[in-house]
Formats: sequence, structure tokens, C-alpha cells
Amino acid sequence: MTTGLMSDIYLFVLAILVGYEVITKVPSTLHTPLMSASNAIHGIVIVGAFVTASQARTDTGYALAFVAAFFAGMNVVGGYGLTDRMLQMFRKRPEPPAHDGTGELS
Amino acid sequence: MNAVSIAVALAYLLAAVGFVVALHLMNSPATARKGSRLSWLGMIVAVAAALTSIIHDDTITTTGWVVLSVGAVGGAAVGLVMARRVKMTAVPQVVSIFNAVGGGAAALVAVGDFVRLTGGAGISSRVMIATVLDVIVGPVTFSGSLIAAGKLQGWVSSRPVVFPGARLITAALTVVGLGAGCYLLVGHDSTAMLILVVCAALAFGVTMTMPIGGADMPVVVALLNSFTGIAVAIAGFVIDNGGLIIGGALVGASGGILTVLMAQAMNRSVVSVMLGGFGTGDSGPATGPAALGAGASIRRISAEDAAIQLAYASKVIIVPGYGLAAAQAQHEAAELAAMLSEHATVFFAIHPVAGRMPGHMNVLLAEANVPYTDLKEMDAANPEFPTADVALVVGANDVTNPAARRPGNPVSGMPILNVDQAKSVIVIKRSMGHGYAGIDNELYIEPKTGMFFSDAKSGLAEIIASVKALVAS
Repeated sequence: MTTGLMSDIYLFVLAILVGYEVITKVPSTLHTPLMSASNAIHGIVIVGAFVTASQARTDTGYALAFVAAFFAGMNVVGGYGLTDRMLQMFRKRPEPPAHDGTGELS
Repeated sequence: MNAVSIAVALAYLLAAVGFVVALHLMNSPATARKGSRLSWLGMIVAVAAALTSIIHDDTITTTGWVVLSVGAVGGAAVGLVMARRVKMTAVPQVVSIFNAVGGGAAALVAVGDFVRLTGGAGISSRVMIATVLDVIVGPVTFSGSLIAAGKLQGWVSSRPVVFPGARLITAALTVVGLGAGCYLLVGHDSTAMLILVVCAALAFGVTMTMPIGGADMPVVVALLNSFTGIAVAIAGFVIDNGGLIIGGALVGASGGILTVLMAQAMNRSVVSVMLGGFGTGDSGPATGPAALGAGASIRRISAEDAAIQLAYASKVIIVPGYGLAAAQAQHEAAELAAMLSEHATVFFAIHPVAGRMPGHMNVLLAEANVPYTDLKEMDAANPEFPTADVALVVGANDVTNPAARRPGNPVSGMPILNVDQAKSVIVIKRSMGHGYAGIDNELYIEPKTGMFFSDAKSGLAEIIASVKALVAS
């Protein structure tokens, strides 16, 4: 029991440090998609909803599991959907129109 | 440990590796999308592992299966529709709602565990500590994020809502919540007390977020994002699941970093933001004429004047601010930039707090087809200003105020864009009203600054028309 708790705490602290290292390198240009992506990652709570549902035996338990599953499903699918939609808008300058003077406007 | 539980544990590890590598790939727009897909793969692995685990354990009832699948699929459908339909200007609200449901789900997992164990074999103190923490952090995140989303959407006043005794209520809720939590911790597994903690935490989330002004929202959204991560990690402690702990901790770190960065960029401490009562609503600061001291005069210019300056410039830096986002003028800004870039170097200089959440302005401009190579961060943009012929400021105020370099005023020390170093400056602004910091912007009285008083959207449209006329003639 105690070893389980200790290794959980180890995981938690080390994951925070890893997160800190990785995320400080993200440019501010991408902060909104980053937040949306991390939003999607906390959708991992859906695994918790699975556990809750698998252990439920009472009406209260089922109700809690249902709402948890609903929330988590919304979180995970919505989070990834939104992140991908935003990221596909970030594109490089298109190569061909680089030639000056070809613009119709001038 | 049998073969299946080893496989499941390894799958969670794989998912966690996927999340970390995915976040690493977010360090450049070129690889970010790949990262997001990798993260999605990690999530699918984690979900498959969870499914395998509950099928193998075979403890779930038929009702449990129905509840789980209907709930998850229903929620997923709602999430998908929200993600697909949301306008880019409304992204902060939707992110807030996803924060809310994530925190809510984490709290429900803890409550479900409590309800299952209570009255039975008893709850170990380790699980109880995690449960109590989760039913505090989760509901605070849930209600706080919903209020934040309401403020961003305009359903709840974005002004700081402060009323006499509000602080007292918040303090009372803290005492009640912590008291009931301690009662549970000393070994009483009372459902009534658990409900009391949840209710106090929900109410606390509301009283915590209501007094925070609309302009502080980037900090608040980031902070609630961090809270959600922590709530999910604590849920991982409750059910002893490493996947939840790692995923939650990564998000907690990410949200925490963004919170601090945003607060720094606004020249405020996280604590002062949370105490609230500062700043005004969306339309607030436009009141009251500026009092830039006697003798100070500003130079008004027209759209034609601005167009001439821009058309003959060889290097233009556009500085978009909150006013551009509020007027939804990102498409006009992108059109002007594209037009000018036919004969000049043009890019956008973006302050970290431009928009309504961290990095929001970049998303708005990306949606308007501005290539990300033309979106420069503050540190990359600042050395470019001295060689710029024109800096075009659209709806940005405090982040361009040179007074920030001097001590002794509300913006002192705030990181700013060095717009005043450009050879000439054009400011598009609705009025001489103050920005968020409530002080005059010294940039506006510089002789090289021309003020074009207009709404960002119509002002840019007029300039575009004038530039077109010039180019055509």
C-alpha cells in the first residue's frame, strides 16, 4: 500500500518536471493549440470513468458513472477535434506566389 | 501480476510516452499537427488498455456497459460537434467548457469510488486523502470554468462582479469545505459530509471567478486548465492509475507555466488576478477623454494618409491587439498584409496576451490565412522595429506604451512591443480611451504617430480601399 502511494507520488512529481521541461519550449504562437492539446490529454480521465462504470453496482453508482463517462467523452473527443482543427490552419507561406509582379492587383 | 495486467500497464506507459513526445512536437508549428495526432494515438492506446482491463476483470455489469457506452458516445458526439462548429473567436469559451467537464469527470470518479467503498470494508486513509482533495479541486474547476466560459461568451457579466460580503462568503465556503474535508479525513466516511464538500467547492468556484474582470481571462483560463490537470492526476491517485497521474500532471504543469507567463505579460501577479475586482468589461475602457497633460497634442490622420504611408513603406509591422479580435477584423488585417507584401516586407508582431487566451491572436490570424512564418513573437519582433518604416497598431494599447520602460506607473516593467522605435507609427483605435492599465499611452503624443480613429474592422477596410486606389492609379 505505502509503496504504491510512493511510486504514484514519484510519477506525479517527475511528470510535472517533464511537462515543465517540454512545455517551456513551446513558442507563444502555439499557446492556444497547446492549451487545447493539454485539454485533450486530461481527457485521459475517461479511463477513470471506465473504472467507475466497471465497479458500479447501485443506481447512484451508475448515475455517477454515466455523467463521468459523458463528461470525459466530451472532453477527450472535443479536445482532440479542436486542437487538430486549429493546427491545420497554421501553414507556411505558399511557395508559388513568391514571384514578384505576378500579382493580378498590380 | 498476470500477463494482461502487465500488458495494460505497459499500454498506459506507451500512452504517457505518446503524450510527452506530442507535447515536445508542439515546439514548432511545422510539427505540431503530427504531435496532436500522436497524442490522439496515445489516447486510443490508453482507452483500449482500459477496455481490455475491464473485460478481463469481468466485474462490470450489463447496466454498467450500457451506462458507460451511452455516456461516452453521447459525450463524444457533443464534444465533436462543439469542436467542429466553434468559431475561432470563441475558442476560449470552448476550452473552458472542456476544462469544466474534465474537472467534473475527475471529481465524479472520486465520488463514485467513495460511494462504492463507503459502508463496506472502509476506505484507506490514502484513498480518502486523494478523494477529499479531488472533490475539492474538481468541483472548483467545474463551476469556475463554467463561469469563465459564461464571461467569455457574454452570458455572465465580464465586469468584475463584486458585492459587499463577497469575500466573507468565499472565506466561509473555504472554512466549511475544509472543515467537512477534515471530518472525512479523520475517519468518518459520511456521504452527507462528502456532499457538503462538493457543494462548498462548487460555490467556491463561482465566488472565485465572478470578481475577475474580462481582461484577466487569459490568466484565469490557463489557471483553470492547470487545476483540471491536477484534479485528473488526483483521480489517478484515487483509483491508483498511472496513466491518469501522468496525463494530469503534464496538464497541471502546462497550465501552470501558461498562468505565470500570462500574468507576467500583463504585469500582474497571479494572486492579484485571483483576488479580482480589477479591470473592466469588454466595452469598459472607452469612456472618458484622455488627459495626456496640457500641451500634448495628437496628430489625426485619415485612411488616405495611412494608405499613402503604407503604400510607400518597404517594411511594415502590424501590431494586432484585443481591439482587432473584438472587432473580428483579422480577415481585413490579413488582406492588408497580403496586399502590402507584394512590394514590402510585412509581418505581425504579437504580444503574448493579445486576444482572450494565451496565443489566441495567432489562431485568429492563422484562420485568416496568414502564414505562421509571418507571426512573430515579441522577442523576435522587437529588434525589427528600428528598421521598420511603419508600425501599424490595430486595437492594441498598453502593450505598446513606452512608459513601461520607466518605473513608477501601472505598466512599469511590463514587457512591451517597441513600437515607438519604428520610423513612423499609425494607430487605429476607436477613441483616446484608456487601455486596461487605465493610463495614457505616451506613444500617441509622439510627433511621428498618426492616430486614425475608427473601429478596427471598418478602419482597415477603408485603408485597404485607399491602398487599392493608390496602386491602381
